[in-house]
Amino acid sequence: MRAFQILIDGFAISALYALGATGFTLIFGVSGVLNLSHGAIMVAAAVAAWAAASVLGVGTYAGALIGVGVALLAAFATYFAVVKPIQDSRRIPNEEREIFVLTGTLLWGIMIQELIAYFFTNNAKTVLPIVEGVVDVLGVRTPKNEIFTAIVCCLVIALLWLLVNRTRTGKAVLAASMNPRGVTLLGLELTNIYIVVWGIYGILAGIAGVLLGMFLGVSSYSVGPLTASAFSIVVLGGLGSVSGSLIAAFVVGYLETLTAYLVSPAYRTIPALLLLVFVMYIRPQGLLGRR
Amino acid sequence: MNKALSGALRSAFGAAATGALLAALSPAFAADPIRIGVIAEAQAIAGASIPQAAQLAADEINTAGGVDGRKIEIIGYDNHSSSADSVRAFQRAVNEDKVNAVIASYISEVVLALEPWAARLKTPFVTPGAASNEISKSVHADYEKNKYTFHGYLTSAALALSVCDGAKDLLVDRMHMKTAVIMSEDAAWTKPLDVGYEECLPKIGLKVLDHIRFSPDTTDFTPIFNKIEGAKPDVIITGISHVGVQPTVQWKNQQVPIPMFGISSQATNETFGKDTNQAAEGVLYQGVSGPGVAVTPKSVPFAEAFKKKFGNYPSYAGYTAYDEVYYIADAVKRAGSTDADKLVDALEKTDWEGTIGRVQFYGKDDPFTHSIKYGKGLITGLMLQWQDGKQSAVWPKDVAKVDIKFPSFIKLSN
Repeated sequence: MRAFQILIDGFAISALYALGATGFTLIFGVSGVLNLSHGAIMVAAAVAAWAAASVLGVGTYAGALIGVGVALLAAFATYFAVVKPIQDSRRIPNEEREIFVLTGTLLWGIMIQELIAYFFTNNAKTVLPIVEGVVDVLGVRTPKNEIFTAIVCCLVIALLWLLVNRTRTGKAVLAASMNPRGVTLLGLELTNIYIVVWGIYGILAGIAGVLLGMFLGVSSYSVGPLTASAFSIVVLGGLGSVSGSLIAAFVVGYLETLTAYLVSPAYRTIPALLLLVFVMYIRPQGLLGRR
Repeated sequence: MNKALSGALRSAFGAAATGALLAALSPAFAADPIRIGVIAEAQAIAGASIPQAAQLAADEINTAGGVDGRKIEIIGYDNHSSSADSVRAFQRAVNEDKVNAVIASYISEVVLALEPWAARLKTPFVTPGAASNEISKSVHADYEKNKYTFHGYLTSAALALSVCDGAKDLLVDRMHMKTAVIMSEDAAWTKPLDVGYEECLPKIGLKVLDHIRFSPDTTDFTPIFNKIEGAKPDVIITGISHVGVQPTVQWKNQQVPIPMFGISSQATNETFGKDTNQAAEGVLYQGVSGPGVAVTPKSVPFAEAFKKKFGNYPSYAGYTAYDEVYYIADAVKRAGSTDADKLVDALEKTDWEGTIGRVQFYGKDDPFTHSIKYGKGLITGLMLQWQDGKQSAVWPKDVAKVDIKFPSFIKLSN
């Protein structure tokens, strides 16, 4: 009974982590950007979905769409207002560019976080679930919303896989992640590929944010922990490796759930962080890292 | 050069004349205002009501002519829920803005950080919403030093008593419940609360089966509810303030069949219904006042005036902050001065009917020196329940408007 409970809860959380981390790792893989405003974009999506559905009363589906839309806008804003100017600047030495991007996106994330706290307070918000009620799965009373979350996450990740591996645009993205210079030699504009990737990222982060808002709820305080959890999953899986991130998301998700059930909810995140430290010692490139 | 000299002379004369004129006029201006610094968490719903309610009280007092002709001036500071920011705000309020008294914060950690500063800067300081027993215990332990601090809200010990008093009538006598699990967040204010619960629950006939303390950072409450359900209690007794929306929503989404009863500070906010998408339905929480609840003749007019001005009903700390401005003004009037020591003496003699009941402070010899007195005829607190998207009083009988009712997923064992 308890084993099933852990299996089911762990799956939903892991799937959500996987979705959140996939976009994060994709951006890094393709453009070398570690986007530290990731958590802020997810929270912005959830809060927008909440505000649209609960305050403006546009309905659950429209609210969720608005949430994803806001994340898409926020992702483009991050790229055009923060990342691109730093990448294009001639005054920033090449070797310092990554530090500038890190600092820039971190500050950008804090700005979004403070804006959310200013306009919507720092109290937690929850998005009205698209499906309500509970069902009995293997003797475990499971909210339908939890199953819905897991299914949507898996579907979106599958779609992303198809997009990357089966479409022309996707192949260009994949190529850019392997050899950016080679892509430009083939006559493809790198900036266009970046825009596509940031677009995909915005949608992924938006869906993950809205689902998180439905499943657990978010507040402006969630910004830091969300960025940190995506960051540690991606580092554990190997920076830039999408499949590595997926595996790492499930490892972290189940490790946390096991700890919460078998040890104490208070120590939930500790074993996963210890594992991260351990993996960094023996395999600094992460589980499936390329370098 | 002559011209320049005459110009300088003229302006010097001009300045002197203006100075003389101002000096002559100044008695005609009102006397110095009474300045009250308000340090609060502007971004948190519980804290946001504090400066608003204080301003409302000040406006009312000023419209009525002030205190012996002196106006009340509220100077607000946002502390971003941080102790360090609060300490800086306190120093600034006293040293630069020359406040006569400070009202600050609903967070115990913040208030405990400010208490030594009230002593060092010798400035009367009242908290409208923190609960830790340590606040007033420190006053008792070193009265001469800490006498400037007043605890304008119930201590955790009194909150536990209030919950137990309500639980006895509602849960034990009426619904014949026998067992409980305590679920509280790990924070300064819940330590004495939990001690109080452990002590008073068995006395009223609720056996404590388990006691779960969790980190205020917790986002997924599934394992916690799962563990509670495993113990099969009749009721979950809560001690939550930093969290509220998330456990409530997950309680509903997972259809945990056990009612929640106790302290849930966020549930005192009117916006809680919206923040939880009405998952709050059926949640029972302790409060000192509530919309439409006439604890005293002042409660409802205040809540309505607040809603009219700010668009929502005040949080619990709004009620206390409003009362605090009034009884500080009353103390200044009785002391005939804003001198800190005289003000402390006058505040100790406070006997003020506010929006939450009759406010008096425990004296020097009581272990909870300078905390508001709990008891019949003073402040007893209420139990309220979220019903049909609204907060309704269910206890005590004289203010209760409705009966308890639960959403359909709650399975009462008796």
